Amino acid sequence: MVENVVETDTVPQGPRPRRAFSRTNIMLYGTLIVVALYYLLPLYVMIVTSLKGMPEIRLGNIFSPPLEVTFEPWVKAWSTACTGINCDGLSRGFWNSVRILVPSVFLSIAIASINGYALARWRFKGSELFFSILIVGAFIPYQTMLYPLVIILREIGLMGSLWGLVLVHTVFGMPILTLLFRNYFTAIPEDLHKAARVDGAGFWGIYFRIMLPMSLPIFVVAMILQVTGIWNDFLFGVIYTKPDTYPMTVQLNNIVNSVQGIKEYNVNMAATLLTAAVPLLLYFVSGKLFVRGIAAGAVKG
Amino acid sequence: MPTDAKRPLRIFNNLSAKIASIPMILTVLVVFVGGTAWTVVHSFTKSKLLPKLNFVGLDQYERLWSTRRWLVSIENLALYGLLSLVFTLIIGFFLAALLDRKIRGEAVFRTIFLYPFALSFIVTGLAWQWILNPDLGVQQVVRDLGWASFELNPLNNPDTVMYGILVAGLWQGTGLIMVIMLAGLRGIDEDIWKAARVDGIGTAKTYLKIIIPMMRPVFVTALVLIASGIIKLYDLVVALTNGGPGLSSEVPAKYVINYMFRAQNLGQGFAASTMMLVSVAIILIPWAYLEFGGRKRG
Repeated sequence: MVENVVETDTVPQGPRPRRAFSRTNIMLYGTLIVVALYYLLPLYVMIVTSLKGMPEIRLGNIFSPPLEVTFEPWVKAWSTACTGINCDGLSRGFWNSVRILVPSVFLSIAIASINGYALARWRFKGSELFFSILIVGAFIPYQTMLYPLVIILREIGLMGSLWGLVLVHTVFGMPILTLLFRNYFTAIPEDLHKAARVDGAGFWGIYFRIMLPMSLPIFVVAMILQVTGIWNDFLFGVIYTKPDTYPMTVQLNNIVNSVQGIKEYNVNMAATLLTAAVPLLLYFVSGKLFVRGIAAGAVKG
Repeated sequence: MPTDAKRPLRIFNNLSAKIASIPMILTVLVVFVGGTAWTVVHSFTKSKLLPKLNFVGLDQYERLWSTRRWLVSIENLALYGLLSLVFTLIIGFFLAALLDRKIRGEAVFRTIFLYPFALSFIVTGLAWQWILNPDLGVQQVVRDLGWASFELNPLNNPDTVMYGILVAGLWQGTGLIMVIMLAGLRGIDEDIWKAARVDGIGTAKTYLKIIIPMMRPVFVTALVLIASGIIKLYDLVVALTNGGPGLSSEVPAKYVINYMFRAQNLGQGFAASTMMLVSVAIILIPWAYLEFGGRKRG
């Protein structure tokens, strides 16, 4: 973060700086701080709520810090909160999500990067047409493809299993990832590719020995994009899995919005934070790369 | 263009590329084209529990457009979409403009404004559901301060529920647009600002009359991005209200899921999802024509 500050300070951008305590400056920073507090508010409320006991929540103020810090809600959310008849907490959903996430991220990136590479350097008749349809396909509402995929998954025996969902994530991640890799590989000088060809390298040789080592940043960007997207997915999880294999978001919603029982807001907020932890951590750690990932995702689609 | 135009091993090499493209070709042909066509064709049938090719013409569409739940869904999405579009653009640009004023701690503010975007709609919805809780949330806090008649309970009132969802949606999504706008502002030549100052044009006027018109492509990107997000609106509603109170926060995506997977009336679900496809096409085709009509793609 310090790095960013230095960088933006050295690149002269926007209007000329003003005196430190001018009226405009006070208004400027005042606005920024108020808006920043507003954006932080939900996170703050979730954290303090998750650390309070239920009696304190009922009597107290949603904004007040906990008088007595308790981690019991976190323990309960993780290991004993109930969804329907299962009372083994969110840990089940967490591990399901991990088991969906790892192969999905690996598979979707492997396929899309090789695909983008073929589209950038080894075009064949019709490759551009397929690519165009792929990009247009990114705009088709998922709802029109949901049921055909149910049939496909049922036919190949993956309906309701984690691998079925992995396949779905790979399919729907393909447009944006292929676009990302195709654009990146196209920007790598073609002479390099030609030189490797002269030296006798083929399709896979160039991919593994030249393109892959040169493209680590784009792989990281793609990974951030996919981890966040797949972890946060709800729609596909709710349709293509069954209670035993529900990903974390689906289980979280079932825990918090269940109609039976007394509402335990502290447990609910702890569960919500547990679900948010993975993408949040990734966001704060990756910083600029995350921004690059979403900016790349935003370019066309 | 093909780099291997005159290579001796062309067929073999292209074979590798073709093999590598099989997943893409399958996805495009089977899921995107095939799946969409399949759904559209089956929207003209009276499939109930299982998809069957027993055609009934436009019956499903007639029923769809006379179902109150669908009309409410469309109305809600229109209201949410319009407000979300306007406010996301305004707030996103406003925040980007603030951050572009050569401020200290820009990275900190940017990190704070963008972090909600890393969260899922489910998490966003549950957090705001708690904040807007009428008994223990903000409403109660303000009442405890002495303002006994204070009302902030949008989620339990059919007239205001969509605004409650909007507040949560804006909180989650404005950071993304801010980042895109900021990149656009950074792309504007410093000389423009100098010229405007020399001519004695005020800051606000410079933004409105010079900078914003120059950022047209950025606004178009933002617009497409927001619009494609709006049509998907589903998880946020499920987490915040699950369509309630009554039908007052139903949305089309939820209608489709409900008829396909809960009410076991596939034909209705297919017809509704075809309508979603049509509305996306109505928005996207003119845009694609304007953007790419003149020049070649790729």
